[in-house]
Amino acid sequence: MSPLRQRKEVRRTISAKPEAGRLLEVTDLSTAFKTPRGLAQAVNSVSIVLDRGKTLGIVGESGSGKSVFSRSVMGLLPKHNVVREGSIRFEGQELTSLSNSAMRTYWGKEMAMVFQDPMTSLNPVVKIGRQITESLRYHLDMDKKQADEIALTLMKSVGIPEAERRLEEYPHQMSGGMRQRIVIAIALACGPKLLFADEPTTALDVTVQAQILNLLQQQQRERDMAMVLVTHDLGVVAGRADEIAVMYAGQIVERAPTRTLFAQMRMPYTEGLLKSIPKLEQPSHSRLQIIGGRPPDLVSPPPGCKFAPRCPYAQERCHVEEPPLVEADTPGHYYKCWYPVGTAEGKEALEKNLSAGIAQAVAAVGGDSVAAAKVEQEVNA
Amino acid sequence: MRVEDLVVEFPAGRRMKVYAVSGISLDVKEGETLGLVGESGCGKSTTGRAIMQLPRPTSGRVLFDGRDLTKLKGNELRDMRPQLQLIFQDPISSLNPRRKVVDLVREPLDVWKRGTDKEREAVVAEVLEAVGLDMDSARTKQPHQFSGGQCQRICIARSLVLEPKVIICDEPVSALDVSVQAQILNLLEDMKQRYGLTLVFIAHDLAVVKNVSDRIAVMYLGKLCEVAGPDDLYTRPAHPYTAALLSAIPVPDPSATMKTPASLQGELPSPLAPPSGCRFRTRCPRAEDRCAQEEPQLRPVLAGSDHYVACHFPLIEAAEAPVAAPEATDVSINGH
Repeated sequence: MSPLRQRKEVRRTISAKPEAGRLLEVTDLSTAFKTPRGLAQAVNSVSIVLDRGKTLGIVGESGSGKSVFSRSVMGLLPKHNVVREGSIRFEGQELTSLSNSAMRTYWGKEMAMVFQDPMTSLNPVVKIGRQITESLRYHLDMDKKQADEIALTLMKSVGIPEAERRLEEYPHQMSGGMRQRIVIAIALACGPKLLFADEPTTALDVTVQAQILNLLQQQQRERDMAMVLVTHDLGVVAGRADEIAVMYAGQIVERAPTRTLFAQMRMPYTEGLLKSIPKLEQPSHSRLQIIGGRPPDLVSPPPGCKFAPRCPYAQERCHVEEPPLVEADTPGHYYKCWYPVGTAEGKEALEKNLSAGIAQAVAAVGGDSVAAAKVEQEVNA
Repeated sequence: MRVEDLVVEFPAGRRMKVYAVSGISLDVKEGETLGLVGESGCGKSTTGRAIMQLPRPTSGRVLFDGRDLTKLKGNELRDMRPQLQLIFQDPISSLNPRRKVVDLVREPLDVWKRGTDKEREAVVAEVLEAVGLDMDSARTKQPHQFSGGQCQRICIARSLVLEPKVIICDEPVSALDVSVQAQILNLLEDMKQRYGLTLVFIAHDLAVVKNVSDRIAVMYLGKLCEVAGPDDLYTRPAHPYTAALLSAIPVPDPSATMKTPASLQGELPSPLAPPSGCRFRTRCPRAEDRCAQEEPQLRPVLAGSDHYVACHFPLIEAAEAPVAAPEATDVSINGH
């Protein structure tokens, strides 16, 4: 039996019984890396669900585990020194138990990924055309002529001018924005049902960023494809995601439909992230809110709430007892906090911290940069 | 400080030239923050470096304290250097990884032989405290033991020890997380107050620049498009490029309407062969024949205003007339 046939066999044994609408269901996914200092818990029992054609935004600082999460779902983790637990169901099929060769029928065809850096995610010594047709010929068994035709249509649909000529070029002959379009074309080639976009625009200019995000959204709509948009910028997901999950230290600390999240955020971390962004409508020289310090060491995270050491609202309880992810009044809105923003308890906690001159609260409310530096020293001492 | 008709060109082989900066004139007033924005490749960093004479501009003048830096040579230029400092984009790679932080911050003082050992120590301690780092950890630690945000604080401290008049910040926050970015922006504001600095703030993010600047200059392909106060620029952009830049910024508010059609098509043309006339015309929605033939000069939007634009068909003139009249009547009504 040819290797290609074998792969098809595997595909057939996966008898998918998809629930209506539900595409991806991740339950209690944990990923840890073995390091010389101990186990680094990069993703810590994360659960999400994603319906067909919807967009989930995952937001967090660098080091919050958002990229490791998407790689864990895709099964793109290193072979050794990794512990992955929990369940990932894609169209009803459990993915965690599949081998790499079985996963191969999913990669590119069912789920694809666009990476952050378009400079390094293309092969520099292979022509653009062949990089696009590779997966078409592999997964869809096309001959060269068919595949070339589809590649051309793809190039045109992602907005590349002079597509015929570009197919014969190498990645270095193109600008960053063009290369990211190519990477998107490759990801879309086999018509995946789920696209992971891992910081797809961080390496690009603002004007190009807008173009690429619009392109992703348009392609998603046309193909009825679900998308997981991973970013550190709440601005990027605000207008584009149906639901947003905020990650911190490997955990989801708040999850809600986009409008609910912005209207009634409960988690102090989400509030801090939003208020630290300079906004155009604010007058110039307005003071920005600061989250002092940086995310905790994942090998030995703090015992209570992971955000407590940096939190302007934190009380004694936060440092010893970890809050559970609970549902707010609005259905579908989950948060993980003892003294949530916008409640009487939260307000009281913040005022108490402010009057006690706690550096975290001073940094957040007054935007005091020196206080923030003090927090960082304390947190990482 | 005043920049007049600054031109920077680099040879690109085969008799070709990269027109990085083509005739920029700017005034930087004492104590203000001038923001310089544009896409990558528009020449904003080159402008910043040419002001420092690194590299020397091809032509033009840079007047600082009444002296033309482009004419100064050797020691004369060197003597001016402590007054002009640079902060770079990547804080970690701009610090020597093998040295202690306290030595890194002290180095400029040692090079210039300022004061006695004790005095130098005191200056370092004061500056470190101002940027929020403590002397003990600076004495024992090396840059890699600090986070990116703290390294940028170290870079800021290092540029401050010589008490410069002007600091040119070249994308100081682009490599940092949003939360850290806010810390550094607030810190720069504080330092500006405390040390009476004049800042030239170079960045590609208009929202960041708007937050820190007193005036903003928008650059496109080596030329200035528009110079205005930040609030003016935001509420009434006159150049189509500024408008496009503004609409491209993602707004962290889900109810904000998406300005999809306004987003800019295409990419920056090559600076090896910039378009004739107005350099933005190849991507401009308002471009006409005149834009290809005649280069627009920077001129005030309204007579006597400090809002300048280089465009034949600015957005503001059309909008100005009908809007201005009712506003004026409103004011008089409120006044009564």
